Amino acid sequence: MAERLRADLVLEYPFTRTTGPVIGAFLTGLREGIILGIRRPDGTVLCPPTEYDPETSEPLTELVEVGPQGELESWTWVDPPRSQSPWDQPHGLGLIRLDGADTPMIHGLLVDHPGELFSGMRVVAQWRSERGGHIADLEGFSPQESPGTGQ
Amino acid sequence: MSADPSVPPAALSGEVRMPEKLADVEPVRSVRTPIRLEYDFVPGEASAGYLNAFADRKILGQRSPVDGAVLVPPRGVDPRHGAATPEYVELPDTGHVGGFCVTRLPIPGRDDLEIPYVSAWIHLDGADIGFLGLVAGIATSEVRMGMRVRAVWKPDEQLGRTAENILYWAPTGEPDIPVTAAGTNAWHAKQAAKEQG
Repeated sequence: MAERLRADLVLEYPFTRTTGPVIGAFLTGLREGIILGIRRPDGTVLCPPTEYDPETSEPLTELVEVGPQGELESWTWVDPPRSQSPWDQPHGLGLIRLDGADTPMIHGLLVDHPGELFSGMRVVAQWRSERGGHIADLEGFSPQESPGTGQ
Repeated sequence: MSADPSVPPAALSGEVRMPEKLADVEPVRSVRTPIRLEYDFVPGEASAGYLNAFADRKILGQRSPVDGAVLVPPRGVDPRHGAATPEYVELPDTGHVGGFCVTRLPIPGRDDLEIPYVSAWIHLDGADIGFLGLVAGIATSEVRMGMRVRAVWKPDEQLGRTAENILYWAPTGEPDIPVTAAGTNAWHAKQAAKEQG
């Protein structure tokens, strides 16, 4: 029997996609250093915003500012980092419910050690100095008490 | 929610309300979201047989046990009928262009291809479906459906167990086959003739 064949294959697409008004608004906010959620008819706020109400399918249109502080609902420590992780060092990922929002969003946690993380802790958004309308305009979230946050 | 399908939903019609401090900024309308998947490909029995044969400059297909259609590349199964296709058929390296596309824009990841280039469905003599290949050795404007082609292989010392052994398909100079008999038209014509007895 012939030697088993195998090959390393790569599938890659450099998509540029149009955002639509709601996701576009969220990304516009990020570029301007503001996090936006969207209000549902019952008054609760989804962040990140969705175009439709997840229960009634009604279109949602009212964008509201949330954060930049919030509460870490849950988290995980990524070690070792995956090849496509945003950082090449072990790092935290968290579900962050921003003040004014009723749902959490996922993002990176700017701490050096998992011992610094606990569910319910207060965190604050850290922005990159150069922003272009992308989720990575947010560098991540750091403990609110930590020095240098200016909060 | 409007039941009239001609009315776009509000969320997609641009009617969103922004906080005042963002009212006058230029909105983001697009975002780059590249995706990348790296994976190991391990061929199954039919694909491995096909690739191994390439090292000997052979092209293998498989015959459908249902209607005799010769399928290339072999996949171990006739997908139309869900029938296993254990019988291999050795095919020649000649055929015709069943259909083609002239690409004039560079494709990311294929910097090795000089534009414009022609990719085509190559229908091998004796095969009932086409498989993809490059057509070269002719001006792109001269490529046509029904044009007879032959494989241009890599030199012997560079042959491997890969379909990349075929550099491209070049015109043989033989007369074209009629468009009505080119590509999958040939199969349909054959089936029609069979029905008429």
